[in-house]
Amino acid sequence: MSKLKIRVDQDKCQGHARCKSLAPELFELDEYGNAHEVGDGTVPAGLEDKAWLAQTNCPEIAIEVTEE
Amino acid sequence: MSDSPSASYLPEHPPVTDWVHDFDHTDPVWTDDPFPIWETLRAASPVVHTERFLGCYMPTTYQAVKEIAYDTEHFSSRRVIVRDVRPEISARAPPITSDPPEHKPAKQVLLPPFTPDAMTRLEPRVRAICNELIDEFIADGHCDAAARYTKHIPVRAIAHMLGIPEKDGDLFIKWIHQILELGIKSEDEMMNGVREMTGYFMAHLEQRKLEPGDDLISQLLRAKGPGGQPLTDEHVLGSLRLLLIAGIDTTWSAIGSSLWHLARTPADRERLIAEPALIPTAIEEFLRAYSPVTMAREVMKETSISGCPVKAGNMVLLSFPAANRDPAMFPDADKVVIDRKENRHAAFGLGIHRCVGSNLARMEMQVAIEEWLKRIPDFRLDPAGKVTWSEGTVRGPRQLPVLFGKNA
Repeated sequence: MSKLKIRVDQDKCQGHARCKSLAPELFELDEYGNAHEVGDGTVPAGLEDKAWLAQTNCPEIAIEVTEE
Repeated sequence: MSDSPSASYLPEHPPVTDWVHDFDHTDPVWTDDPFPIWETLRAASPVVHTERFLGCYMPTTYQAVKEIAYDTEHFSSRRVIVRDVRPEISARAPPITSDPPEHKPAKQVLLPPFTPDAMTRLEPRVRAICNELIDEFIADGHCDAAARYTKHIPVRAIAHMLGIPEKDGDLFIKWIHQILELGIKSEDEMMNGVREMTGYFMAHLEQRKLEPGDDLISQLLRAKGPGGQPLTDEHVLGSLRLLLIAGIDTTWSAIGSSLWHLARTPADRERLIAEPALIPTAIEEFLRAYSPVTMAREVMKETSISGCPVKAGNMVLLSFPAANRDPAMFPDADKVVIDRKENRHAAFGLGIHRCVGSNLARMEMQVAIEEWLKRIPDFRLDPAGKVTWSEGTVRGPRQLPVLFGKNA
């Protein structure tokens, strides 16, 4: 399976925090509750489903998932 | 309503016969069961209009709701309730009534106290509140779950956050009723509620200035505005007004609708008891299917939404609940699927006005349902009672008679 990479678009994120709730290993929140990808956004093996789950539940469509 | 209505009440609304051209979200038919009405409106057009409320549009699709929510240039938040009257704007409640560029700094000061981490710290108190409430009626085998349970959870949680006595919650409930329900048709009721609430909070503000604490009122008094200066008392009072109005009957409604669903759906109840890890996913589905909050905008400049022209001077009934029932966005939109995997619902709004208390609401809902199911796993609607729903801006059960225990 190819490697996945995630990125939260800071202009779109409004802090619904669905991603943090569904994939806490992949996202972190700042002091205002807005989300960022953990590290450089590389999704560790085994967490691909969670990355897609977060992407498909973001109301602002702020999460990009790319396959490398 | 009393036998001699105050002169300030406008005439009762005539019953609706043509929903597509004359909709009215305060009509008793809408209050009782809005879902088939929204389907009719959506089939007619992505945006419908009524001459009621001095002229008001309603987007009926997820797409149209989203376009309006993202368009702060043509649509202002300065009025967030669709009413019969449009008096001069007086009691503002930043940031919900703010537009850019004032919106962002007003919202930034409110965000840190409502992060998921902050809610985790509050959770044990909310769990205790739920159990204290259940203790009061569990032996009876029946209760009005709206009056005895769902209503009190958000009131007490917010009081706890603000550092004010939880017993003052009954006052909050009265003001909210005056502002959100009676206020649609009576300016006097709304202003009385606002005035009393402002006086109450002003006293707490003065007290916190003398003895600051860790509570949210003290945090707001310490917060700095965009230029580094402290917030004005007027701003702090406005934000407190917002927290109370927006944070109470909304979550009360969301918990109530969830319990209403579970009372009527034994299979979902049994599944959540067997798989408690599914509760957060189910909560998202309850939020989608029974979204409590409908917002409003005012059209400032002519534009078009989903191909429909909209004209300045009209209000917009921004129905996130109707958006969340749009089958173009959600397969089986009218079914409650408690393990729905893909759920981009807009119950907390879309764009810059995303509900600042969404993390609080989610935590309260989850804890309220978890504790109820632990202690009252088997319950059903009381066939001798009547479920009633609130009118207007926020939808949820206001009477929810249920049987359990020896009566289950």
